[in-house]
Amino acid sequence: MATAEKYVGGGVPRKEDPKLLTGQGQFLEGLTLPGMLHAALVRSPYGSARIESVDVSAAAAADGVVAAYSGADLADEWAAGLPMAWPVTDDIRIPDHWPVAQDVARYVGDAVAVVVATSRNAALDAAELVEVDYEVQDAVVDVEAALADDAPRVHESFDDNKSYTWTLTNGDVDAAFAKADVVVKERYTQPRLIPNAMEPRAVVAQSVPSTGDFTVWSTTQIPHVAKVLFALTLGIPESQIRVIAPSDVGGGFGSKLNVYAEEALCIALARRLGKPVKWVAGRSEGYLATIHGRDQVQEIEIAATVDGDILGYRVNILAAMGAYLQLVAPGVPLLGAFLYCGCYGGEAYHFECTGVFTNTTPTDAYRGAGRPEATYAIERAIDALARKVGVDVAEIRRRNFLPAGDMVQSPGGLAFDSANYEPALDRALELLDYDGFRSDQAERRESGAGKQIGVGFSSYVEICGLAPSQVLASLKYAAGGWDAATVRMLPTGKAEVVTGSSPHGQGHVTSWSQIAADMLGIPYEDVTVLHGDTHVAPHGMNTYGSRSLAVAGVAVHNACDRVVDKARGLAAHLLEVAPEDLEYEAGTFSVKGVPDRTKSMPELAFAAWTAHSLPEDSEPGLEAHCVYDPPNFTFPFGTHVAVVEVDTETGAVDLVRYIAVDDCGPVINPVIVDGQVHGGVAQGIAAALYEEATYAEDGTLETASMVNYLVPSAAEFPSFETDRTVTPSTSNPMGVKGIGEAGTIGSAPAVINAVVDALSHLGVTDVPMPASPERVWRAIQAAQGGEA
Amino acid sequence: MKRISVTVNGVRHEADVEPRTLLVHFIREQLELTGTNVGCDTSSCGACTILMNGQSVKSCTVLAVQADGAEVATVEGLASNGDWHPVQKAFHENHGLQCGFCTPGMMMATVGYLDENPAPTEDEVRLALEGNLCRCTGYHNIVKAVLAAADDMGS
Repeated sequence: MATAEKYVGGGVPRKEDPKLLTGQGQFLEGLTLPGMLHAALVRSPYGSARIESVDVSAAAAADGVVAAYSGADLADEWAAGLPMAWPVTDDIRIPDHWPVAQDVARYVGDAVAVVVATSRNAALDAAELVEVDYEVQDAVVDVEAALADDAPRVHESFDDNKSYTWTLTNGDVDAAFAKADVVVKERYTQPRLIPNAMEPRAVVAQSVPSTGDFTVWSTTQIPHVAKVLFALTLGIPESQIRVIAPSDVGGGFGSKLNVYAEEALCIALARRLGKPVKWVAGRSEGYLATIHGRDQVQEIEIAATVDGDILGYRVNILAAMGAYLQLVAPGVPLLGAFLYCGCYGGEAYHFECTGVFTNTTPTDAYRGAGRPEATYAIERAIDALARKVGVDVAEIRRRNFLPAGDMVQSPGGLAFDSANYEPALDRALELLDYDGFRSDQAERRESGAGKQIGVGFSSYVEICGLAPSQVLASLKYAAGGWDAATVRMLPTGKAEVVTGSSPHGQGHVTSWSQIAADMLGIPYEDVTVLHGDTHVAPHGMNTYGSRSLAVAGVAVHNACDRVVDKARGLAAHLLEVAPEDLEYEAGTFSVKGVPDRTKSMPELAFAAWTAHSLPEDSEPGLEAHCVYDPPNFTFPFGTHVAVVEVDTETGAVDLVRYIAVDDCGPVINPVIVDGQVHGGVAQGIAAALYEEATYAEDGTLETASMVNYLVPSAAEFPSFETDRTVTPSTSNPMGVKGIGEAGTIGSAPAVINAVVDALSHLGVTDVPMPASPERVWRAIQAAQGGEA
Repeated sequence: MKRISVTVNGVRHEADVEPRTLLVHFIREQLELTGTNVGCDTSSCGACTILMNGQSVKSCTVLAVQADGAEVATVEGLASNGDWHPVQKAFHENHGLQCGFCTPGMMMATVGYLDENPAPTEDEVRLALEGNLCRCTGYHNIVKAVLAAADDMGS
């Protein structure tokens, strides 16, 4: 359709900003309801402990306390345990997961009791009075240790700590390895990461006892999905639950893509007590009770010719699930399973993943979810291959790139849309001045300077646009991958866009307004975007996996198309011509050849509302609904480059430059896209250099607060250099692909490759993440034959 | 309970507070100024940064009773007569915020810092804001916004 792109493609300042800049943000912690009670949880201080007894009597008697319950006291509240929606194999072991533990606490932070009081302080004070007798048991916190024959079992009902093994094979892998001139075999660890959305989680549940209705406000990325799952967990008819993700949710990164114990618990408490119940996480409490990410051990083998042409891949990973299976945790490695061959060719591919229970906070999707892990492995391993065959690291990528084209078959089994990998690499090399860098590096090495420089590349491809529902079915995912939009012209010529996405910082209100304003030909300011409330926006699959634009945004686009179609019929009727005799441009229909006979979109909106004269068989109103189920995933890609300076005396790494050239297809708002890249890159760099959640052997989280888990500040980063190539996806009418996670997916291997490159002349071939000064120093010492 | 008197955004408030009440909780819960956010419990994140007697402080590290007699400025007082402060404008124009949760604290820290150093370099801005964490922006556009605000205020 003809649209004048007045807003799309421009860096329109965000509609979300004014209230956030003036202290009028509607974050959930600020919500207060009449008669509202506050819940505080008592959590296990032990990695594994049998709960012998729970005495809540002293807590129940404390000032301001309304009720106190053990897990056993609440057992009849649950129609089902907390949900897990991705049983990846038929024989996957799925443990019971109650919102409050009943017999055994399986990680530090597992809830064992709850206190409800008239104020948050009263609840927190009284929680200290709950007496729990524990019989402490041996814990296991490491995935490899958990698979040992004599390892303590996280769940006694299972024979061992394995949850599932999932495999994928394409081609004859043994044959590919048999004819290889060289094989590189690498082992990497993915540290456990804490997502750290700046807004801690919170929930408020309100019941109306006379009707049995519930309203649940939650800091969630998935209000619609949560509504279904709350109904199943609590045994409440879905029609009687309204879920509201507040208009402002303070970041997510996957950590709010879940159904949590505290959400179910507040609903149960509201039902039991007949009053609204609120829970707000403290940051340190959130470190225990909100999902973690990554925590994998990876082995990757690449078979290649002597020239470095890749023949085949073998991948075996162990993925920590934590103590229970959270919403999509088993499937997280599957999102990476198709990407351990990156954007490269080859004849054969084998992937195997084992999900492992440990006495730790459950893991789940954290920004990138499976794809950063896969990209890290292949992008590190291809550097190892380059060193082995003596080919330049940029050249070995170019040599192995899949050919440019659409629906290009990857050895991993998927066909990638919009494959066009060389231009992004070329642009990155140009921005870097690669030859200049190598000559500076040679000079430094020659001079034996204490500070050495290195460059690292990462040419990634990823999977977005989750997802074609039938493909999800084949992966045993328990939900669809569609999303929904309603676009409605209001009688005064303004428009409402109702979206199934649920933004928490991404700027959907702005971007969806740009799309609708252009297609409907009305001012950007005249578009309102409604989201996050299941009573207002009844259909949605919500926001995760960089899917919002490529699925929900396309639904907005298609709904606008349908509105314009209906408007065309009405315009033709009012102008007394055939619809095909009309031209549409910037919100105005005009009769071909008679440009002064026109009807504008606001005129048509009013006419559709008064309904005084409509075409035959046409209903009043100018509104359309679209549920869009994408025919394929989208496959964004790009090349990222890190330049580091490493102090060989201290091991300190200084990130000097960071260049990101991404291809997410056509861009709706370049300022927002750059912002997504910046934030994503920062999280990947943070993983590479700073962040790691660690457990003591007894299951104690050692990095239990922001004091000792190193979320980097502005002082740790340079400004980022971003650029784009634009290769549209052929899977949707807008050609868009997604950008929310690309930065995180591309960045960590680029940084570590740069650190290794800076030290390669000293014999260093690996530095584990996070590359702390100590780890870098030890790697240098080990390579030099010193003590490490 | 202890009686305190605090002037917040130019308005004097008298109130009874528990001695353990943190200034941020006094501001949010008793004065119902919820623009100042709480992002951690270890004085690490800076989301609750305000100005107290012109200095930027993390309001979770100050007891309400310690603010007795003080002049406090929060994000709600940043605009005057409906006109945004140059720092608010700069954050908007440079996309210096995404989810917006760290933003009030980030802006108050910026206002305090630009008062001390009106013409900072990029490196100085990065160091000055190291007590304020943001998880969305990678700080790139925050730093850009602070430099733009400094330019605007200096011109």
